[in-house]
Amino acid sequence: MERIPILRMGEFLLVTIQVDMHDRLALALQEDLTNQIAHSRSHGVLIDISCLDIVDSFTARLLGNMASMARMLDAETVVVGMQPAVAITLVELGITLEGVRTALNPEKGMELLRAALRARSNEDGHAL
Amino acid sequence: MHSEVRDTLSIVTEEDSVRVRQVTREKAVEAGFNLVAQTKFVTAASELARNTLKWGGGGTVRFEAVDASRGRGLRLVFEDHGPGIPDVELALTDGFSTSSGLGMGLGGAKRLVDEFDIESRVGVGTKVSITMWR
Ligand SMILES: Nc1ncnc2c1ncn2[C@@H]1O[C@H](COP(=O)(O)OP(=O)(O)OP(=O)(O)O)[C@@H](O)[C@H]1O
Ligand SMILES: [Mg+2]
Repeated sequence: MERIPILRMGEFLLVTIQVDMHDRLALALQEDLTNQIAHSRSHGVLIDISCLDIVDSFTARLLGNMASMARMLDAETVVVGMQPAVAITLVELGITLEGVRTALNPEKGMELLRAALRARSNEDGHAL
Repeated sequence: MHSEVRDTLSIVTEEDSVRVRQVTREKAVEAGFNLVAQTKFVTAASELARNTLKWGGGGTVRFEAVDASRGRGLRLVFEDHGPGIPDVELALTDGFSTSSGLGMGLGGAKRLVDEFDIESRVGVGTKVSITMWR
């Protein structure tokens, strides 16, 4: 079966969803990402959805699930590049992507991840 | 009002649902919808295709070009011969799902389009039609 590639980019994992995924492919991605986070011990995941021209309730749930699973494996997730028409549609659909961090583009997403990780290591510092 | 059937696709596999999204996008572009209208309509179609497959056990979608006094539009009619919906009002309620879904599919699709029509009979099947005007 085809798979959505997960790339390692320095300390982060990068997922670029470039095709209109059927549901099984989406679920495979969820599983692959979880395995990759555990394997790479990465603490940050960037999911680029700029190629997606729609996000329906299934895909929205998938994004939410991936972020929750990443969190349980001690990784932060940022979803980047949502098209404006997609954002308008999601709001009307009644989906807010609560619990999923978003950024306009990969650069901003990366900044967000770095900041989140810095804040985290500061907290750890205090705790010690 | 005049309507003309342009195409019928079957929805039996997940790949068919992907195809429904693609064809809906093509027709929405042809119909002259702007990008936001296209996106809303394709998203609604995606929700309904998934329901047809998941709950209806598969079915079909018919694409119609509609012509009425208010203008031209595009209509999609999803039909299945599955178990039907015992309480349509309840099914349309946000957050209602008989499984682990978000339960936003039906109610959300209704909000995204200009016209939404649903007929369902237990043991007979479900028919949902959505229309967007240009
Ligand atoms: N074609 C259908 N045939 C039979 N039952 C249906 C059909 N479409 C929807 N339903 C019923 O209506 C409920 C609500 O549908 P809706 O699409 O809103 O939510 P969902 O499919 O459960 O979750 P989501 O779409 O958010 O993943 C479903 O849980 C199901 O019980
Ligand atoms: Mg649904």
